[in-house]
Amino acid sequence: MEYWEEMTDTDLAPALAEIRDDFLELEEKDRLQLLLEFANELPELPERYASHPDLLERVEECQSPVYLFVEVDDDTVVHLFATAPKEAPTTRGFASILVQGLAGLNAEQVLSVPDDYPQMLGLARAVSPLRVRGMSGMLGRTKRQVTEHLAKLTARSAG
Amino acid sequence: MAVERDPSPEFAEYAHPERLVSADWLQERLGTPGLVVVESDEDVLLYDTGHIPTAVKIDWHTDLNDPVERDYVDGETFAKLLGSKGIARDTTVVIYGDKNNWWAAYALWVFTLFGHEDVRLLDGGRDKWTAEGRELTTEVPAPTPVEYPVVERSDAEIRAFKEDVLAHFGKPLIDVRSPEEYSGERTEIPGYPTENALRAGHIPTAASVPWARAAAPDATFKRRAELEDIYLGDAGLKQGDDVIAYCRIGERSSHTWFVLKHLLGFENVRNYDGSWTEWGSAVRVPITFGAERGEVPQR
Repeated sequence: MEYWEEMTDTDLAPALAEIRDDFLELEEKDRLQLLLEFANELPELPERYASHPDLLERVEECQSPVYLFVEVDDDTVVHLFATAPKEAPTTRGFASILVQGLAGLNAEQVLSVPDDYPQMLGLARAVSPLRVRGMSGMLGRTKRQVTEHLAKLTARSAG
Repeated sequence: MAVERDPSPEFAEYAHPERLVSADWLQERLGTPGLVVVESDEDVLLYDTGHIPTAVKIDWHTDLNDPVERDYVDGETFAKLLGSKGIARDTTVVIYGDKNNWWAAYALWVFTLFGHEDVRLLDGGRDKWTAEGRELTTEVPAPTPVEYPVVERSDAEIRAFKEDVLAHFGKPLIDVRSPEEYSGERTEIPGYPTENALRAGHIPTAASVPWARAAAPDATFKRRAELEDIYLGDAGLKQGDDVIAYCRIGERSSHTWFVLKHLLGFENVRNYDGSWTEWGSAVRVPITFGAERGEVPQR
């Protein structure tokens, strides 16, 4: 039994839990194919970022350049945008998992995603632990940007 | 049974022209018995997005590195891996990959640790093949497994360990990392901070020659005269020198190892794969900080 199977899912958002289960259901080598499907599903950036790459933040933890940007709307729902070159499908796949897994979550829910979520997908052997750390970097950046947005919102309502 | 070598005149000037093949040569021979094409990339999924027809994938992390110890796989694992890819001991292996054949050269170096004799690089690698609009396929071949003998790795000739480097002072060292890593401004390669070291700088006396200087803009190797300008001129190597190259984990320096060994014909060149991630975290080893090469340490 893997350690995460003993964990309760109370803190894991349904979409993230579903993605995790989809990966764990597969044989290890087939997990790469699923990751590739995610890579292909990474949405194009909306026009306002596509023409302003300077607005996106580079995630240094990733082996290939990946840029991401977080918006928090008035209902504190988080919107994550990310881009990585097509020559970096693993990185695209990780970004796509986060985009889909975090879709519709509010700031508080995003901040409560376990930091070791990337390690729960059973990719260590198929992809290597070092590469999985790239996804942890993206999750960390996402949370940090969410925290910064919340601080700004608080400052605004206090002012 | 080895496949004939690529007689292209542009390779003839290199010390070992049999170590390179051109895209035209490869394309004409895809599917030839006795030839196996291997793709080895930085990104473990890049092969799966499309690869040269008939090519199999070998990944540097998951296939060539031991999953527990910081070392390469052993003879038994290597034999199982190659056999499963349809590679026999006398198969001609052509390796190619992304980023100027960076990881392909690393795979070739590991093949050489096991004494696989006929292993070559596709000049220009994946970048040039795709830039020329040549065919890629997502069809993954299912090779018939063959018997590959269990051969123990032979590290002494082309692999250097920390102790070897300490005993090497006075002879040339080549640091192939970025200038910022060499000087100590940063401990990691830009964009790769997951593998860093506790201290920054370089091994005293090492010459700085970033690995990609050996590559032309189209990802092929530079011509011999240009390579000589870099390594004999700028870095000051002399034919016959005993050379050790290093980088961060030994992958970029595999590319330089290939250039020195097979293109320029240095007989004694070793890759220190422990590289900066070991040296920069080791206790009581000498380090030079800054852009100067530094002096041979007095012991």
